[in-house]
Amino acid sequence: MYTQAPMDMIAEDWGMVDYINAYQRQRRMVDAVIAGECGRLVFCEHLPVLTLGRLFKEESLLNSQQVIEQKGVAIHSVDRGGDVTLHAPGQLMVYVILDLNFYQRNLKRYLEKLEQVAVDLLKDFGILAVSVPGKRGVFAGADKITSIGIGVRKWVSYHGLGINVNTDLSLFSLIKPCGLDVQMTSMAQLLGRAVRMGEVKRKWMELFGNIFEVSIV
Amino acid sequence: MNNIILPELGEGITKATVACWHVKVGDQIHAGDEVCEVTTDKATFNVEAPASGRLQSITVRPGQDGLVGGVLGIIE
Repeated sequence: MYTQAPMDMIAEDWGMVDYINAYQRQRRMVDAVIAGECGRLVFCEHLPVLTLGRLFKEESLLNSQQVIEQKGVAIHSVDRGGDVTLHAPGQLMVYVILDLNFYQRNLKRYLEKLEQVAVDLLKDFGILAVSVPGKRGVFAGADKITSIGIGVRKWVSYHGLGINVNTDLSLFSLIKPCGLDVQMTSMAQLLGRAVRMGEVKRKWMELFGNIFEVSIV
Repeated sequence: MNNIILPELGEGITKATVACWHVKVGDQIHAGDEVCEVTTDKATFNVEAPASGRLQSITVRPGQDGLVGGVLGIIE
């Protein structure tokens, strides 16, 4: 465990990328950070895909896997915490490859900080959002706008969170997001206009840098 | 003999569920190897072997909860 925050992280924008490809790239980044390289902050989007976390329950799928796949939505089991979630274009995925030795090896605090970045970001866009004790993720009113789930190897994090920016929310009807009886919302739905993804990424980097006390290059 | 312990994961986290073991009883393992994966509500965490040796037994099986500071398995 280290006493100071890391100096730098490198931000990368992968654009629209296949989920498995992104996962494999993350795993290689984790190995690099374990070997001493600086952390990575990755932005990307995925074509429609359901990912099943380690706490996945069958009843969280509201349609059969066959029906879901017929709709063109891939399904993958993954090594992150949480239940099922949907990724789709318009949802900003933020993958954080970070050595948690710099953050007191505290998973709870790390998740809280990630949620705080999302809450502050949404506030900057005029959306009042909160993290709810006992429920991970970020909520705007009763609706969920950000889902979170991470993995950790040798105290290096991977996976991260997805913010619904301009996401087509109809696909969430396929599932109980995160196993919850909750409606999903998006920044576009709440603001009544499309939101520029580039603005969201720039703001995320600024707020993440402040909250995690790192320089992002 | 060395115990594989579920480490501290953060304040307020008192237990985690074993998702899977990456090794079998009888396997030779090395200090620092990731031997099992545990999960809390939103995080998975890979537990490392504290020493080299042979995995003698698994104390907490997949689907069962382990307590922070408790023994997940034993290396001989």
